[in-house]
Amino acid sequence: MSALVILLALPLLGAMAAVALPPRAGRLAALFAVAGSTAAALWLTVQVAAQGVIRLELGGWAPPLGIALEVDGLAATMICMAALVVLCVALVALPIMAPDKAGARAAFGFWPLMLMLWAALNSVFVSRDLFNLYVGLELLSLAAVALVAIGGKPAAITAAIRYLFFALAGSLLYLAGVVLIYAAHGTLDIGLLARRVAAPTDPLALALMTAGLMAKTALFPFHVWLPPAHAGAPAPASAMLSALVPKASFVILLRLWFEAMPELATETALLIIALLGTGAVFWGSLRAMAQSRLKLIVAYSTVAQIGYLFVAFPLAGEGSTGVPWAAGAWNGAVFLAISHGLAKSAMFLAAGQWMMVTSSDRLDDLRGMAQAMPMTAFAFALSAVTLTGLPPSGGFTGKYLVMTAAFASGQWGWALVMAAGGLLAVAYLYRPLALIFTPGDVARGILPSRAWQAVPLLLAGASVLLGLASAPPFDLLAIGRPGAAEDGL
Amino acid sequence: MTALLPVLLLMSSLIPSVITFFVAQDSYRVRNSLSLGGAIVKVVLIVLMLFAVADGAYYETEFPLAPGLVLLLRIDALALLFISLSAILWLLTTIYAITYLGTKPNLSRFFGFFSLCVAATTGLALSGSLISFFIFFELLTLSTWPLVAHKQNEASLSAARRYLLYAMPSSAALLWAIVWLESTTGPVLFTEYTDMGALDPMSQRAIFALFIFGLGMKAALVPLHGWLPTAMAAPAPVSALLHAVAVVKAGAFGIVRVVSDVFGMERVTALGVGVPLAVLASVTILWGSFRALQQQEIKKRLAFSTVSQVSYIILGVALASPLAMIGGRAHLVHQGLMKITLFFCAGIYDERADVRRIDGLNGLGPRMPWTSLCFSLGALGMIGLPPLAGFISKIYLGLGGLEAGAPWVLGVLAASTLLNAAYFLPMIYRLWILPAADDAKGDERSPGLVIPAVIAALAALGAGGLAASAFSPLGWATLIVMGE
Repeated sequence: MSALVILLALPLLGAMAAVALPPRAGRLAALFAVAGSTAAALWLTVQVAAQGVIRLELGGWAPPLGIALEVDGLAATMICMAALVVLCVALVALPIMAPDKAGARAAFGFWPLMLMLWAALNSVFVSRDLFNLYVGLELLSLAAVALVAIGGKPAAITAAIRYLFFALAGSLLYLAGVVLIYAAHGTLDIGLLARRVAAPTDPLALALMTAGLMAKTALFPFHVWLPPAHAGAPAPASAMLSALVPKASFVILLRLWFEAMPELATETALLIIALLGTGAVFWGSLRAMAQSRLKLIVAYSTVAQIGYLFVAFPLAGEGSTGVPWAAGAWNGAVFLAISHGLAKSAMFLAAGQWMMVTSSDRLDDLRGMAQAMPMTAFAFALSAVTLTGLPPSGGFTGKYLVMTAAFASGQWGWALVMAAGGLLAVAYLYRPLALIFTPGDVARGILPSRAWQAVPLLLAGASVLLGLASAPPFDLLAIGRPGAAEDGL
Repeated sequence: MTALLPVLLLMSSLIPSVITFFVAQDSYRVRNSLSLGGAIVKVVLIVLMLFAVADGAYYETEFPLAPGLVLLLRIDALALLFISLSAILWLLTTIYAITYLGTKPNLSRFFGFFSLCVAATTGLALSGSLISFFIFFELLTLSTWPLVAHKQNEASLSAARRYLLYAMPSSAALLWAIVWLESTTGPVLFTEYTDMGALDPMSQRAIFALFIFGLGMKAALVPLHGWLPTAMAAPAPVSALLHAVAVVKAGAFGIVRVVSDVFGMERVTALGVGVPLAVLASVTILWGSFRALQQQEIKKRLAFSTVSQVSYIILGVALASPLAMIGGRAHLVHQGLMKITLFFCAGIYDERADVRRIDGLNGLGPRMPWTSLCFSLGALGMIGLPPLAGFISKIYLGLGGLEAGAPWVLGVLAASTLLNAAYFLPMIYRLWILPAADDAKGDERSPGLVIPAVIAALAALGAGGLAASAFSPLGWATLIVMGE
């Protein structure tokens, strides 16, 4: 329980210290907060694995009077993934976000914003109260928008404003849904809502909240803000924005649909969700193919990968009698979300390391990188393996589970989407990969150290390892898994 | 201890591979010891196991991937046949590659992926379930891509691109087949009978076709063979390994597994998919030989010869009679030994005599007697001259065809033998009979290249001459088929 408190409070304290202290001391305080909170995240995961769901009722007040925080398997997995990503981002950011490289403003703003974003993420993962989730989401969005704008270039500012517009619109929709729920039921606790007496406004409320969260997750067609924002932010910031931020609203969607209101999932609603996911897979991939800048390719790939998560909605749990494991598609979607988080952050960090050397992310300037920075190139290649869903990787395990669930429930069309998405991912990731393998002159002598290059490799390796050792995360996810994930919607 | 054996076998190439990536370019000794050490350890482990498995023992290890889904490593007779081939040829190819690549750049990357490729092949051989097989099958695709692209010039990069262009759709088809099948049957283990009762015969046929499409690309079945000749842009040791044991054999081995261990012979016959597969294999045999005849480059001709020869294995499986199955499995090893000999020699001609085209072979025989002798042995074996290895395969396949009531197979074999002779004999003729050009170079002062070729040639000779022994490839194939 104390680990949970540390995890929520320490990043915020670190953020304050990073603002208040002089730059060097501030950076040091930020790093200390990262190290401490990472340790807390690991400890929390171990605790959940050992003793099951951890629940904290603030001030000792149980819902509906008070607010409950709960760490179940899903939350622990996400917290663990986020901690690993933030730790690696911080290590890679040290030289990239140094004042002489990134400019004094970006160097000053990056650390507190990063920690604020992390605190918001953690609070979203563990909150059980819809309004509390709203607050967390707002904090998250504000930190994310600021991280996009931090570079100060006109394009980045434009992208940030567009992002802000979408984020606020999404928040408003979500908030409207929350108001309807509160008016009808007098509680916002997810656990209590699951046992509520149905009200006629519930479908509308769920639709509003879902639409708002979709805009924040950048699901097609609400994705237009994502590519310019993620491509325009400094690379370490992009890593967090792409890997972690969409996962927060996705987790809320999972909680709403599978825990709070599973009975509202009509066939039409599920069909619409999965069709939007399909649109994202195809549109994101096709747009990624057309890009000539590495960060834009990686950003559009996020649009496509988010689509997978929604394709799993109509499949979750269905036909669990036909497959030898429960909750195939639900677990598959979470596996895809985690491995995407690890692989995508590795890709953006690799891009950032290359841009330290070339100061450009145009594909043509990447020639020869496999020779100049082999470890970074290897990290990029391993991440590509995960994103294309080739074994052995977490992406493959997730895809296999979702596809099997699709076949077992007789909806093999969705499996076709997953398979096509994999082939498209090969198509758009092949170009950058082939170019970094082409011989070329990369200025030598200023190449970064090997230890620093190994950081993205750590993340990419973790995403591959997820496919080889998938049993422990699988067991972890089973802790506190909602019944609807197993029985289907 | 016995449960650890499959893991040790896998680790004997995986660990050297991972360490090699981090070795500095000029630490030749460290890198070579890693590669050779791993190869030797693996051969020793296999020799230890041979006798036990011959007595019917098997070793098994499993890792849970998800509840109900396991990565199963299992050593049975068929696995050991493939694994001994890969272990011995890996050792030879490593010796050859160390000399061949000398002090060229990017050696750590090369040997890292080289070992990874062998680890994937080992994993393929050991796989006891479909999902494990698929994991290693794709690991093989991924680890061979950097080897094909290794020279990083225009030709090798476009060859690598073409390789992926063929590999990715077929991998999607394979995954499709596996998921479709396993969504009704649960995880498929090779040792257990797969109950396909929930699938109607048309779906079963469709799944079979998807399997053949997915695996046939690596086995270079016509019309999925287009990547193989272009992949010749890779360094010679890679071509040798690709053609003899790694990629094309993985495809053929996969088809053997699917036909005999997933579907089972009776179901294949009942569904009526065996004959179309046999026809496809026959077309590949003839088309590959025919195209080989048209090639003027040594390596290209050998590549098309591989297309043709690998389909003997598939033909043997598809015919489904015991003798044909023995012939097909034995050819898995025979073709590997003969083809690696030929590729070693082609590399030596290229490296020591600067000869890449067939008309450059004139008179090289007396100048490079060891290499040319090995090359001739390999070529004659491919044609099927008794008592060389290829003869044994062909005689069993022919008898098997008669046994299966498919006498047309004899016609295919005869036509293929004639074509083999038509493209190999002129090369032998040029080597030994025609006079050398005035400015011809050529010497053999490179034991690291010549000795592996000689050993491989002797092994091919032994596999044919000592075919009656229980530990010859033929004897072992008989053991496998009798055990099934």
